Amino acid sequence: MSHIITLIDITPAGEIANTAAQLLSAAARLGTPVAVAAVRAEITNNRQLVARISEHLGTLGAEQVYLVASEHVGVIMHWPQLEALATAATTLAASGVLLCNSIEGREIAGRLAVRLGGTLLVDALDVRQDNDRIVATHSIFGGSYLVDAAVTGKPAILTLRQSTADETPVVQHPVATINILDTDVAGAHSAVIEAFHAVEAGADRPDLRGARAVVSGGRGMQSREQFALVEQLAAALGAAVGASRAAVDAGFAEQTTQVGQTGVTVSPELYVALGISGAIQHRAGMQTASTIVAINTDANAPIFDIADFGIVGDVFAVVPQLIAAIAARDSAA
Amino acid sequence: MKIVVLVKHVPDTWNERTLDLNTGWIDRTGAAVIDEINERALEVALAYQDSHDAEVVVLTMGPEQAKDSLRKALAMGADSAVHVLDPLLAGADLVRTATVLAAALRQTGFGLVIAGNESTDGRGGVIASMVAELLGVSQATNLNSVVIGVDALHGERATEAGTLTVSSVLPAVISITELSATPRFATFRNIMRAKKKPVVVMTLADLAVDTAPRADAITLAAQRTPARAAGIKIVDAGDAGTELAGFLAGKRLI
Ligand SMILES: Cc1cc2nc3c(=O)[nH]c(=O)nc-3n(C[C@H](O)[C@H](O)[C@H](O)COP(=O)(O)OP(=O)(O)OC[C@H]3O[C@@H](n4cnc5c(N)ncnc54)[C@H](O)[C@@H]3O)c2cc1C
Ligand SMILES: Nc1ncnc2c1ncn2[C@@H]1O[C@H](COP(=O)(O)O)[C@@H](O)[C@H]1O
Repeated sequence: MSHIITLIDITPAGEIANTAAQLLSAAARLGTPVAVAAVRAEITNNRQLVARISEHLGTLGAEQVYLVASEHVGVIMHWPQLEALATAATTLAASGVLLCNSIEGREIAGRLAVRLGGTLLVDALDVRQDNDRIVATHSIFGGSYLVDAAVTGKPAILTLRQSTADETPVVQHPVATINILDTDVAGAHSAVIEAFHAVEAGADRPDLRGARAVVSGGRGMQSREQFALVEQLAAALGAAVGASRAAVDAGFAEQTTQVGQTGVTVSPELYVALGISGAIQHRAGMQTASTIVAINTDANAPIFDIADFGIVGDVFAVVPQLIAAIAARDSAA
Repeated sequence: MKIVVLVKHVPDTWNERTLDLNTGWIDRTGAAVIDEINERALEVALAYQDSHDAEVVVLTMGPEQAKDSLRKALAMGADSAVHVLDPLLAGADLVRTATVLAAALRQTGFGLVIAGNESTDGRGGVIASMVAELLGVSQATNLNSVVIGVDALHGERATEAGTLTVSSVLPAVISITELSATPRFATFRNIMRAKKKPVVVMTLADLAVDTAPRADAITLAAQRTPARAAGIKIVDAGDAGTELAGFLAGKRLI
């Protein structure tokens, strides 16, 4: 069976990104899964850490692991990952490469497709093998269409939309074969990273992408201070926080929380829209949620057209009562 | 410096957009506009030109109607436009689009190329990176802000994990986010002037790009998902919060 390469993110402390499971189980459906990561030499020189990484990736289904040590990790944008993938893909004559459809992942995928002369499909919801070609399902125009596309050229380079949906059980490899390579690339042409400022992850709040529940606030939240009510309901529901573009523009919420056409696409079990009118571009990012709840003072707000439960009312009256009702149920249970 | 801005003519996001279910291609018969993100990319170029010696060129690959986007860009203040127009480009995949844009950029020459981070129709978010790789120049993508210097640029790059301060030598290909700039309006004077500005049309033959249609990524099937319908809608009479809690509990969501 042919090799399918996945790009795995590993933190300097040796933690494996939570997207690894999704990538490796998708790879298992297409061939023999291989995990590739670009790391600094501090990691490859640490035998214990290497053993732990290979064991962890092995249990996620990786048959082989390529750790590519590069001084450029965290210093030159994309370059080490690109070198690592290109090296592994060429060495193994891989038929496919899977990456996470993050900003980094898709950009690296694009460059790799150019480098390897492969074919690129981005933002696949699902991938499968169909005779000797790979078929990917995509959601287009905010979930209005589902499209299956096949890749005939090789290698196939695909990015997968992040999801926590049930992963195919994989064959575990208690000891994945480890290959440690060094890259010493001259002539890297990419931006230099001078500083990194991590997003302040709300304590134990789930990630917006892949969250089971999302509570979003719009311009109707009035101010940054009052936007705190969105966070309180999110905390009560164990939900991620989202925002409309108007709320982001007004400075109520961070740009990374924007849901919609030009923001994040979410598909949670529950989506709660607070003070959001439901413009077509906002709906494009959330209309595939299983259950939609909307609270808006304007009875004609378009968000009600797609809401399973709509309340014409003031968020500042309804939401505190909802939070209290949830707390009462929790303590009764 | 010569700045080339990549603009894409896209179906207007204010309308319902449709796919041709036979080809899986975007239905381009409806209202289409210059993608908003490309107006912002152009604004970054024009703001630089306001205080520096610079030539701003807009480049598109697209059908005949894409001229409207070029006209809009010229009316905003771009100096000239290049339109890659060839029937053989219909349905071009990402690799082919990037190859054609890179070939056109080799012909126009550039000190800086500015693209949008992501188009509203394809949402690939990959073209800038691919073009940089093809041209063998540096790239700095997904920038919330950018300061263009003489032989280098600095910017704030946004990712899901956080923001990065990045720098790049010139020439370079960059892409910008929604936060980068608010596009200016076309003035009446500029709209009149735009009519006289040059629009160069190029075909695949002019670009010496392989004219064999490339179809390594082919659509197999496309289907419309059922539209959502409205459910329960109540007017708050003082107990809507409690009612909602009951609804959520009934669906086992709390
Ligand atoms: C190319 C393009 C891309 C875009 N991308 C996005 C995107 O990714 N995401 C996005 O969200 N938008 C996007 N937009 C913008 C979109 O068109 C809307 O402008 C935006 O979604 C409006 O946000 P909003 O609903 O918060 O604000 P508004 O439309 O102003 O709605 C605010 C709502 O709050 C309600 N309200 C006010 N007070 C209260 C109260 N006390 N209680 C309850 N309700 C109250 C009002 O009745 C109103 O319905 C895009 C637009 C374009 C052109
Ligand atoms: N056909 C095209 N013509 C010109 N520029 C394009 C074209 N397609 C994409 N681009 C540029 O690349 C950016 C990102 O597009 P995409 O990678 O398709 O999401 C767009 O905002 C444009 O700046």
